Amino acid sequence: MNTPLLQTSLFETHQAANARLVPFAGWEMPVQYTGVLDEVKAVREKVGLFDVSHMGRVRVTGAGSLDYLQSLAVSDVSLLPEAGGSGQYSLLCLDNGGVIDDIIIYRLAQDEFIVVVNASNREKDLQWMRNHSAAFDVTLDDETNATGLIAVQGPDAVRMIDSLSDQELRLLPRFGLNETVLAGSQVMAARTGYTGEDGFELFCRADEAESLWNALVAAGGRPCGLGSRDTLRLEAGLPLYGHEMDETVSPYEARLGWTVKLEKPMDFSGKKALQDMKATPRRKTLVGLEMEGRAIPREGYAVQTPDGALVGSVTSGTFSPMRQKGVAMARVDSANATRGNNLQVVIRDTPHPARIVGLPFYKNV
Amino acid sequence: MSTIPADLKYSKSHEWIRTEADGTVTIGITDHAQDELGDIVYLELPEVGRVIAFDEVFGTVESVKAVSELYSPVAGEVVAVNDTLTNAEATINESPYENGWMIKVRLKDESGAEELLTADGYKSEIGE
Repeated sequence: MNTPLLQTSLFETHQAANARLVPFAGWEMPVQYTGVLDEVKAVREKVGLFDVSHMGRVRVTGAGSLDYLQSLAVSDVSLLPEAGGSGQYSLLCLDNGGVIDDIIIYRLAQDEFIVVVNASNREKDLQWMRNHSAAFDVTLDDETNATGLIAVQGPDAVRMIDSLSDQELRLLPRFGLNETVLAGSQVMAARTGYTGEDGFELFCRADEAESLWNALVAAGGRPCGLGSRDTLRLEAGLPLYGHEMDETVSPYEARLGWTVKLEKPMDFSGKKALQDMKATPRRKTLVGLEMEGRAIPREGYAVQTPDGALVGSVTSGTFSPMRQKGVAMARVDSANATRGNNLQVVIRDTPHPARIVGLPFYKNV
Repeated sequence: MSTIPADLKYSKSHEWIRTEADGTVTIGITDHAQDELGDIVYLELPEVGRVIAFDEVFGTVESVKAVSELYSPVAGEVVAVNDTLTNAEATINESPYENGWMIKVRLKDESGAEELLTADGYKSEIGE
């Protein structure tokens, strides 16, 4: 049975620009416009645009909003100022501590939040969120189809956005959030991204996404696809759900322990299990690997010691345009996770030497 | 629309084959294949002297995002490998039928010959 693919409000814009469209998490999305290398270069050197409207956006309102989110998220949501205007990266965890999804929670006002979730997990997250909402005075609205989300990323992004805005958005801190009129559209600009570069993610009305996109292109933004986005996030050492973590992986084994605030006053989903996980020595550790030669590590490839003992596997791998080498994130036995250690990635039955390096591979923010 | 030279033969797995004056054949991947792959950044080819069977994997081509195996459209011995592609794999994107050639093979027999497509056959195979 084939479910028809969903399309963002920018679908026809991508099509008209000859982007290569592929199925991704149930959506028909641009994987590339001109080419992955070209688009990575545009984002690293100037400014790139990404349609990320496929990501889920759930508005949470009502007097119980804060308590509700505190009960679901591993982070301390109360750290977001009541007046609104900022966001935080967080996780939803199962009672056993496995990761349901990684999310960003933005606070717009005392009793108003927007939760941004992965496209691939939207239905699952919504169900989880609804199943846990009964005890709270909250209303959940899935605004994914009614809105657009455009990421503007690169060293020129802030200057470009400020030139189009009626606000001085360069003054926003990282994860800060502000309403602004941008090229005639009312948008909410969040100082965040998934590329290792400075920039914004712009929440807009779905019916204004096209005019906003076109204005951003006219101002010098280069349309980019999900292919370059994945390479950029990997270079930046940023995790991707389903790769670096999932329901079977502890946050502590995915370099995400920092998001978990066990000391926050309220009980939350997964707390007990996460307490135990934190108290137990980590069996596995997520590390960065850089290849010695030119072969490219890919997801699922085995990682072994130079003696041939299996110690883990690659969670994400690619050719890094910035390093001009194959790079990967890999989950390996903690005993073998020391930076500088020499390991091997088994590529088509042949072991290729690699070295554990610090993450990120590249970052400019 | 991709370029599909009329004087070459093609495999369904997107390799092209050119018969040279000395009877050897030159093999590479098609313009359509390089376009589908995107920016090519890594290539593994066999050693000269290796004997490859029809439809055997003789190498691997990788773009930033994808890994694709190369299937031999003929049977024979590898007599030359295009070393100039090492560290310059983008040549395959830029010139798939000329500078981007991959290997030359001395045919052992005619295995697979009946499977090869003409330019027109390949064109309809890829829906162009």
